[in-house]
Amino acid sequence: MVSLNQLVIVCLTYVAGLFFVAFMAERAALRGRGGWLLHSPLVYTLSLSIYCTAWTFYGAVGYAARSGLEYVTIYLGPSLVMFGWWWVLRRLVRIGRSQRVTSVADLISSRYGKSNLLAIIVTVMAVVGVTPYIALQLQSVVLSLSIFAAPEAIPGAEVGAGINAGRAALWVALGLALFTVLFGTRNLNVNERHHGVVIAVAVEAVVKLVALLAVGIFVVWGVAGGLTETMTRIDASEIGAFRVQGSRWAALTALSGAALLCLPRMFQVMVVENDDERYLQIASWAFPLYMLLMSLFVVPIAVVGLDLLPEGSNPDLFVLSLPLSQGQNGLAMLSFLGGFSSATSMVIVATLALSTMVSNHIVMPIWLALRRDGATQSGDVRNVVILARRLSILLIIGLGFLYYRSSGGSGALAAIGTISFGGVAQFLPAMLGGIFWRGATRMGALCGLSLGFALWLFTMLLPSFGMDTVLSQAVYETGLMGLGWLRPQALFGIEGLDPTVHAVVWSLSLNAIIFVVVSLFTFPDPVERLQGAQFVNVFDHSSPARGWTASVAGSEDLMIMAQRILGAREAQAFFAGEARRQGFADGLPQPTPRFVQALERELAGAVGAATAHAMVAQIVGGTSVSVQDLLAVADESAQMLEYSSQLEAKSRELSQTAAQLREANEKLTQLSLQKDGFLSQISHELRTPMTSIRSFSEILRDAKGIKAADKTRYASIIHDETIRLTRLLDDLLDLSVLQNGQVTLNVQSAPLSRVLDQAITTALAGRNGALAICRDPLTEALPLTTDLDRLGQVFINLVANAAKYCRAAEPELSIKVQESDGPLVIDFVDNGAGIAEDAQAVIFEKFFRVHGVEGEGAGLGLAICHEIMTRLGGGIRYLPQGAGTGFRIWLPAEREAGV
Amino acid sequence: MARSPIFLERRSYRVRRMMDAVRLLPVLGLALFMVPLIWPVPSDDPSETMPMSTALEYLFGAWMFLVLAGWLLWRRTGAHAADPASDPAAKPPVTEAR
Repeated sequence: MVSLNQLVIVCLTYVAGLFFVAFMAERAALRGRGGWLLHSPLVYTLSLSIYCTAWTFYGAVGYAARSGLEYVTIYLGPSLVMFGWWWVLRRLVRIGRSQRVTSVADLISSRYGKSNLLAIIVTVMAVVGVTPYIALQLQSVVLSLSIFAAPEAIPGAEVGAGINAGRAALWVALGLALFTVLFGTRNLNVNERHHGVVIAVAVEAVVKLVALLAVGIFVVWGVAGGLTETMTRIDASEIGAFRVQGSRWAALTALSGAALLCLPRMFQVMVVENDDERYLQIASWAFPLYMLLMSLFVVPIAVVGLDLLPEGSNPDLFVLSLPLSQGQNGLAMLSFLGGFSSATSMVIVATLALSTMVSNHIVMPIWLALRRDGATQSGDVRNVVILARRLSILLIIGLGFLYYRSSGGSGALAAIGTISFGGVAQFLPAMLGGIFWRGATRMGALCGLSLGFALWLFTMLLPSFGMDTVLSQAVYETGLMGLGWLRPQALFGIEGLDPTVHAVVWSLSLNAIIFVVVSLFTFPDPVERLQGAQFVNVFDHSSPARGWTASVAGSEDLMIMAQRILGAREAQAFFAGEARRQGFADGLPQPTPRFVQALERELAGAVGAATAHAMVAQIVGGTSVSVQDLLAVADESAQMLEYSSQLEAKSRELSQTAAQLREANEKLTQLSLQKDGFLSQISHELRTPMTSIRSFSEILRDAKGIKAADKTRYASIIHDETIRLTRLLDDLLDLSVLQNGQVTLNVQSAPLSRVLDQAITTALAGRNGALAICRDPLTEALPLTTDLDRLGQVFINLVANAAKYCRAAEPELSIKVQESDGPLVIDFVDNGAGIAEDAQAVIFEKFFRVHGVEGEGAGLGLAICHEIMTRLGGGIRYLPQGAGTGFRIWLPAEREAGV
Repeated sequence: MARSPIFLERRSYRVRRMMDAVRLLPVLGLALFMVPLIWPVPSDDPSETMPMSTALEYLFGAWMFLVLAGWLLWRRTGAHAADPASDPAAKPPVTEAR
């Protein structure tokens, strides 16, 4: 018989060995060696084995002895989830890696807009759900110890018989807490993996598998005498027939499958500690194989135990008591170590996972809230975080210990495994909804989780304490507060269901329904929508969508904060890398949205998404994404469109302007040519009279004996020429005065006919019968009030032009007056050849003369007309249509020009 | 992304069908594991029972079969499955011939 002291020594040696292995693994990882082992799929698969706790190791046999094959559902569900790794786990792992998720609470909070409230709820639920489970592990260790301590006490196996159970449990709890603190909080960044813990867990996985297989092989071939005999024995035993209710079978399979995904410790090893996504596929068959081997010998051990051991033996301890009863002390020792391993590895990882959640989602937010400007103050947040995590570890193990002490290691603990599964399975709708459905909202998750949690408490956890402890018998019979439909084991009056099935079905289905319905009717905020898109489409674009829009964050502030969370060296390396990426040789990087996003994610690896988000928000200021930002993004494209259409309009305008400029340029060129032409013309015009004047005045001066008649003729020539010169100069002067606006109008009133009469008389003076004038006296009987002299000047000019330039055989000028309500319009149209089209544009310019037309004018007449008409408030233009040359002049309707 | 051709080379076709099998394996597993639902339960009719040994053989057999299937599929698809662009539908087909 093994003495208790021997056992304790073996135990301590084993634990020391574990410490050593963990320590070596940490050191090797630090030096970058041993990667093949630390990062191998084997270790990953073995670390998953923390699913098989002492509940598996001891409890499965007890379970089988009580309920037959039902125990196997606890492993079938997870096996199915592993076989279906492609659907859910692959997605979870990818999200966990790309979002740097630290825990299941972090995953859910991160998905639903980094909501800290949600993280707190999930954390509390996880602690409530898992604490009894930790107590169960402590109990199993103490129970197994007690068997060695008091072998005579095997019948009945009174808890703690022979040893001080409370003290033993305390020592175990302290040892586990020490290990977890030492190896679980060495580095802050959860994504850097806890190599020591993982390796220790892997070693323990091997130990418990070997132990259980050894006991099984001993039982089948050593005790029962072979496989066939064992089978006969099984069929002959009291659990010889399959007798599991279908509803329980299905419900437990589903529940355990859900628990694999939702248990914080499973999430920790499966997602957070995952090194390589490829390991998942290996684990997808290797882990079911592990579970198969773990459960393979459960029924034989149970049957043989029931056969050989005295009536009333605790079937939960058959794994230990069978070898002991057969005198196999070594095997019993191995078996004990197996159970011890199962318990310790579970407690370590579960505590680690829970403490991360508690410190990230409860302690850190409180700490941050207490120090409003905390993130930028001096002081090492790193130490705070690590301290928070260590305290959380102690708190959780302490809670487990308290639970164990208060429940007194009662039989109720045996069912706690299922109950614990039921509690954490409530995360499932929010989790799966979050990674597959973009429409899932924070409010939906909150409502679903809360309702599921409440139902679980009411239908599963509280009844587990037994009748009349928490819930009175009256509640079971007449419902909560006398409401008949609120009975913990018959909700809505539906009776006859197995309590577990009842609880699982109601809590999960109502949870999921409320989650979906509330999600359908609520609207997510922008951060939620961004995160939702990233989670659901994690395989489409693994790159993070832009989050932080503000760039007011000082790089220095960020640097200070990062140093205090990540540690100075890591933070500096991170910033330097980012600066290099941005193209700075040294110095701090610009706080671009991308950089801030990356930094937040880095921090999230250390303190969780919600806390990291809050800390960065303190520095960057404001929320990361507002509706305005999203609108701004949308606006950008709208602005681009508008801008391009503006550009189009501008370019159209430009081309129009260019065309106008070309036109103007053409006109200018033409004018310049005309000016040249005019200059030669005017010099000619000036020269001709000057020459005559000079010649005739020389004759008059020098020649002797000129006849008086000749003298008079010569003098009159000189006189005529002088008049011509004067007229030319007058015209020029007139035009310049008109153009400079210095003219004063002499406004008078007279009928139009009189003005026309005078003008025609003046214009045709000395041209008898040369031009026939066609008039309509009736229409001309209009009173005019304007500068009649100027208007007459225009008329004279037009009539004189017609007389001069009309080359028709019988020149004729028709003057038509039209007056409707609008302006007074007078057309002067002759029967001549008209003006060439290219000349039409410039006939009103100064110095214009139609080419090839003889005449005495200097080309100022029409220009003067144009100026006069403009001064009078009307206008003149050429009439292109019609037979001959036509001009139209118009006067304003009131004919109060210039007044 | 380049538009993938409608028909694939034999090898990539195989890989895709193997990935289909990976995806369907849990469905098969569910079907196999839910077979006990139709087994007779003594409480219904005490005369008809499913012997424990048969039940054990069936369940562990099915379990082992699924493990082996998962292992075989891993051998066939391991290089492709966990590739970042692992969705064979989203992945341009492997073109090199062997």
